[in-house]
Amino acid sequence: MTAISDRAQLSALAAQAADNRINVDYESEGMTLNIGPQHPATHGTLRIVARLDGEQVVSAEPIAGYMHRGYEKLTEVRTYPQVTTLINRIDWLGSFANEVPFILAAEKLMEIEAPPRAQFIRTILFELSRIANISLFLGDLGIQLGGLSVGFYAFRDREFVLNQIEAVTGGRFHPNFDRIGGLKDDLPKGWIAETHVAMDKLRAFCDEVEDILIGNEIFQKRTRGVGIIPPDIAKSYGLSGPNARGSGIDWDLRRDHCPPGLVYDKADWKVWTHPDGDAFSRSWIRLQETREATKIVDQLLDAIPSGPIMAKVPRIIKVPEGEAWVATENPLGEMGYYIVSKGDLVPFRVKIRSASFNNVSIVPWVCRGVYVPDVITILASLYFILGDIDR
Amino acid sequence: MSSPEGGATEAPAAEPETEPAPVDEAREALLESVRAELGDAVVGSHIRPGDDLWIRVTNEAWRSAGEVARHKLGCTYFDFLSVIDWLPSPFGRDMDSQEDIAVHGAEPREAGPIVTGYAGGDTRLQVFARVVSLEGGHGLTLKADLDDLEPSVATWVPVYAGANWHEREAWEMFGVTFVGHPNPVHMYLPGDFEGHPMRKDFPLLARRVKPWPGIVDVEPMPGADDADEEAAE
Amino acid sequence: MPKPLTTLLNRARQYSMWVYQWGLACCAIEMGAAFASPRYDVMRLGVIPFPSSPRQADFVVVSGTVTDKMAPALLRLYEQMPDPKYVISMGSCANCGGPYWDSYSVTKGVDQLIPVDIYVPGCPPRPEALLEGILLLQEHIRNEDISARWRGDSIVVA
Repeated sequence: MTAISDRAQLSALAAQAADNRINVDYESEGMTLNIGPQHPATHGTLRIVARLDGEQVVSAEPIAGYMHRGYEKLTEVRTYPQVTTLINRIDWLGSFANEVPFILAAEKLMEIEAPPRAQFIRTILFELSRIANISLFLGDLGIQLGGLSVGFYAFRDREFVLNQIEAVTGGRFHPNFDRIGGLKDDLPKGWIAETHVAMDKLRAFCDEVEDILIGNEIFQKRTRGVGIIPPDIAKSYGLSGPNARGSGIDWDLRRDHCPPGLVYDKADWKVWTHPDGDAFSRSWIRLQETREATKIVDQLLDAIPSGPIMAKVPRIIKVPEGEAWVATENPLGEMGYYIVSKGDLVPFRVKIRSASFNNVSIVPWVCRGVYVPDVITILASLYFILGDIDR
Repeated sequence: MSSPEGGATEAPAAEPETEPAPVDEAREALLESVRAELGDAVVGSHIRPGDDLWIRVTNEAWRSAGEVARHKLGCTYFDFLSVIDWLPSPFGRDMDSQEDIAVHGAEPREAGPIVTGYAGGDTRLQVFARVVSLEGGHGLTLKADLDDLEPSVATWVPVYAGANWHEREAWEMFGVTFVGHPNPVHMYLPGDFEGHPMRKDFPLLARRVKPWPGIVDVEPMPGADDADEEAAE
Repeated sequence: MPKPLTTLLNRARQYSMWVYQWGLACCAIEMGAAFASPRYDVMRLGVIPFPSSPRQADFVVVSGTVTDKMAPALLRLYEQMPDPKYVISMGSCANCGGPYWDSYSVTKGVDQLIPVDIYVPGCPPRPEALLEGILLLQEHIRNEDISARWRGDSIVVA
């Protein structure tokens, strides 16, 4: 045994203890990682300032506003049809869906009901825009998680739906088709048969996505158990749409609080929920909802009544005084418009409740302690559109 | 039986109440339970039967109103929170006009009288929020007045976590202080932005310089031209 | 420089371009359809999308609304690109502010920040319109005087 003096032994022990302190308690400056505002993995210009401790996120703060265009101020200087043109661009993927709650709120104040044919076609276009929106989500999900091929499939198969929307409204997205009291035009000849064919193709796409992506082992490993949101937290943040249903909340505005003017009760369809609350459940629900939307469209197409496409509405639209709130189940979640009117040509105040604003406000809570790649997975599964957050 | 209304400066309601209006018992019961909890703090209300319920509370009771809604009424779902500025705009379009008032550098008009909406109100700015009970399927719109000179109200963040971002936006756009908010920084605008854009006396400068490029577009109703020709004959 | 050489160089340049997409808003989806969808394929024109960084890009397509908050990032991107570089402004928001011309937070056109070569109008422009814009850019490059750029003359967008 070597004769180590007490002093040497003590200093060796002290050095070891100091080493341990460095390894365990070492207070290093975390790294601040700036994700965005221009980044292929975010749906637009969202900037996330993430403070990292090694690979783990300590805090992730989204900084929005890079696409803030001042919608609520602009609606105060535009007439109602002009506002309809503008609000298409809030959720720019499912654009017909943005017009509908605004038109329904104005119709509620004017006490006008659109004729049944218009209501059916409105609902069909609403579901088509949902399909267009979520099929891009499925493609984007693949792109963000690294499976690039699904993105190309999504862009290709979306074209079928966009063709149909364009045949009716004239615009691939941004249709500007809804009017107070009905719709702008009637259906072209042969549209119903073509849309049935398009729905079949979309169902084939959904099956493909299920094979390539949702059923993929790597995808499941990356998304199961990631970003779990319990239902009471989801409700207090105001999460809506598939994000809420992915946490087990059984709430769908199409079934539970359908505004008069949409005819979801005329079709036989199902609301999908999933109890897990992780990224996988949210993605899976969106896939099922796309399939369900194709079924709704097929049923409603066969049931469109004949009749006028527009109710009797004065030429220059002045909405009577009052306040009205209408919310619908948009592809991203619950979108609603609170219109305050003073009997004028232009609205007095329009409060736009957009789904993604609430959906993204939960990011600081959900991203504590996750790893950096999981941040991308969580953002992908929460699925926001920047125009919806920033308005 | 007519639905209860309050507030001396309330604007005329949208629906007439001379004939027996349908009574919305569920919402009446909701209103009564809120009154039972908050008492004098409820200073105005409005029910559109079959549709919606508005309740106005005092500024001091804003936080307790949120707590009552969440814990007693089961409204756990937070929809939104924002502010209404009831001042008629000195700049924007006049009724029936196709151009803004203050275009080409013209003077903005004098601000007109402030007329508030459902459930009344006495001040220019009002904070309003909507919460929903998913199990019961009922929603509730709460309003409260804000002081004209220094608008402020208690924060809802301890009650509804989602109010965080909504209050930030309301502060940024209207200049309303939310007392106790954990992070009152800019939400949308760059840090050096001056002014509160959503206030009615904040002009849109591009419109003051250049009028709206097109007149109000009126597209003919389908079949309207035929009807006009028939009427002329 | 002798004319046949510059002609050859220009033709070689116009058919081998790497495009950086600065996709901001709705036009970004149409740009994605033009670049990533098999129907409006842009690679058949000799233009390849998705470079790894702006430092490897030949031209940039600015698609979508540019806000005052985003403007510094756009400028930084433009400075990162190496010469010779071109800019296509896609959509009415990037051209002139578009439907948000009177907003308090929107830059009224990206040409207030960077010099633009081609404007593609539309809201959103169809993918074919963007492809036409790219064809026009190729024609612009074909007729360009490359030696002026090499001498360091300032960029004149005619």
